[in-house]
Amino acid sequence: MTCKMYSNMIIFIKIQRYIKEADLLSIEDLYVEVEGKEVLNGVNLRIERGRIYALMGPNGTGKSTLAYTIMGHPKYKITKGRILFNDRDISSLSPTERARLGIFLAFQYPVGIPGVTVASFLKTILNIRKGENMPLVKFRNTLKEKMSLLEIEEGFERRYLNDGFSGGEKKKSEILQMAMLEPELVILDEIDSGLDIDALKIVSKGIEKTFNSNMSIIIITHYQRVLNYIKPDSIFVMMDGRIITSGGDELAAILEERGYEWLEGVANVK
Amino acid sequence: MSNEISTNYRYGFRDPEDYVFKTKKGLSKEVIEEISWMKMEPEWMRVFRLKAYEIFISKPMPSWGPNLSGLDFDEIYYYIKPVEKEGHSWEDIPSYIRNTFEKLGIPEAEKKYLAGVSAQYESESVYHNLKKQWEKQGVIFVDTDTAIREYPDLVREYIGTVVPPQDNKFAALNSAVWSGGSFIYVPKGVYVDIPLQAYFRINAQNAGQFERTLIIADEGSYLHYIEGCTAPIYSSSSLHSAVVEIIVKKGARVRYSTVQNWSNNVYNLVTKRAFAYEDSIMEWVDGNLGSKVSMKYPSVYLYGKGARAELLSIAFAGKGQHQDVGGKVLHFVPYTSSNIVSKSISKDSGHNSYRGLVYIGPEAEGSRCSVRCDTLILDEYSRSDTYPYMKVRNRNVSLSHEASVSKIGEEQLFYLRSRGLDEIEANAMVIRGFIEPITKEFPMEYAVELNRLIKIQLEGTIG
Repeated sequence: MTCKMYSNMIIFIKIQRYIKEADLLSIEDLYVEVEGKEVLNGVNLRIERGRIYALMGPNGTGKSTLAYTIMGHPKYKITKGRILFNDRDISSLSPTERARLGIFLAFQYPVGIPGVTVASFLKTILNIRKGENMPLVKFRNTLKEKMSLLEIEEGFERRYLNDGFSGGEKKKSEILQMAMLEPELVILDEIDSGLDIDALKIVSKGIEKTFNSNMSIIIITHYQRVLNYIKPDSIFVMMDGRIITSGGDELAAILEERGYEWLEGVANVK
Repeated sequence: MSNEISTNYRYGFRDPEDYVFKTKKGLSKEVIEEISWMKMEPEWMRVFRLKAYEIFISKPMPSWGPNLSGLDFDEIYYYIKPVEKEGHSWEDIPSYIRNTFEKLGIPEAEKKYLAGVSAQYESESVYHNLKKQWEKQGVIFVDTDTAIREYPDLVREYIGTVVPPQDNKFAALNSAVWSGGSFIYVPKGVYVDIPLQAYFRINAQNAGQFERTLIIADEGSYLHYIEGCTAPIYSSSSLHSAVVEIIVKKGARVRYSTVQNWSNNVYNLVTKRAFAYEDSIMEWVDGNLGSKVSMKYPSVYLYGKGARAELLSIAFAGKGQHQDVGGKVLHFVPYTSSNIVSKSISKDSGHNSYRGLVYIGPEAEGSRCSVRCDTLILDEYSRSDTYPYMKVRNRNVSLSHEASVSKIGEEQLFYLRSRGLDEIEANAMVIRGFIEPITKEFPMEYAVELNRLIKIQLEGTIG
């Protein structure tokens, strides 16, 4: 073996490694139980950095379960398989640790924290994320900027977090948190549910503006509607606790036209 | 000495017991005579003390509330005098006392916005500082011993009129052996825009602390008084039994805020009461964190038409603690109103009781009262009770009572943890929100300190 060949090989290995590193999240043969009942059976999923994905499928097929499992909800027990985030197995980490690594879940039904204002909450979680105390002026400016980006009116930051919020306000609050934290992996669980068209437009616009090349987004949705506003790079379809197919734009159009029944046929054949 | 200091108590430091004078343990007529003699008091005060002592002996221990069997009146020093002279500037104060206050952050607070400090060390006030502008305005802010010497007529006119020695056993005890406390007089129409503060602290082993505070807010005046307590840990029980009397005259407004964080061996048995006259406002804002047993029911007697009472309290009970706190409002005249909000948190087998009395008299036409008690229970071993007594003697009034018991939900915790908070931070945040309606009424640094103290309490058990 010549020297030249040897160095070429090293470059090749390096490229391979680079490709592998490009996976922000990789889920391998994941089985999950909730209260003794198996809900995910063999999920495989690869999420690359800087891309937007849609995870679609009928209700009750395990989309939200997958989201909660990635975030580390104690009720969701992994019985087999693993979750890699930036090449690190996070399957046994607490939700706290996962959040600090840069994973963010926008909840379908965020819970209220009465007595804690949006601003004070954001400041707390931002300080944790950055690992330092952000000066108040800088924080206020950032908050103001992100709020106007999301067309959130002033005064919202003084309200108690998710306490008495309308459906739309809850979603805006989740996206505001995402915009402030700048996580690496964002999972939006049914972000379009309970939103009218105007609110959906604003929220979608906010998501697009927040998105950057260092971030990946998984949009979990039942309907194709939200995909009119945010264009995913790829679409995964989930059924019966597994990913059964994936594709591009055309898949969403087919689903819109034929519904999920069509896929059930496909899945059964498989 | 350090091995006596228990864990988890942040302010559990103490000074060597370098006292100038203390009476012998236990209580007797002689001890009271000695206290009065040491203080070179006028005859009327000596008589006041001795009468109160008779009442104290004749009254049985209250049996309707928490367990007080651990309290031994014979094991307590009733009077300790730490320094001979009062200092008017920080430098005049003996260094070991100064150290204690420095650990509590008093000088910083002073620099920031304290205008007057009456920092009671043991049973004597050692430090007084009053801003010149108030002296010009005629505001009096001295310790009560000084007030007896310098303003005898004013003190004699009011002391014991709001809380007479006959009121209860501990009011009688305080009347017999009291020492220190603040005396404040705000003249007509004077608005004191910066809160007056006092820090209290028990130091000697078994040292009782029996301060007596008397506040008179003359017509149309305004005052905010803040009292904060921290105390070192001791192996045997201590007693804190204060009396606070407040007179809020026509159109005046007084707010009295307390952060109480006695160490967990202290019996904190306090009588606080205010008389509120026409169109006046009296507000009690109370945070109770420490002590072994607290019995404290800040009261307002609404004597004047249109008078208003606000009673806001937070109680935190941890292991071995019983917070029996609440409040009393008595509506005697028409168009008076009151608002009682109580928030309690129990953890680690801690025990909270809300004990409240609302009385609306036959002549209190058109009066309004609302009571709200919220309880947060952090584990299955802890306990919370509510005893809301209501006596209504007039039909044309409005009265509401709401109560809730809750715990921190699993989904709440998951939500917060998914944002990077750890378990303690998540719990502390929910609690912070729970008590926010009351902490927002405190000055900023007190609210911050309260939240921090609660977090320290949580760190002791979770995780």
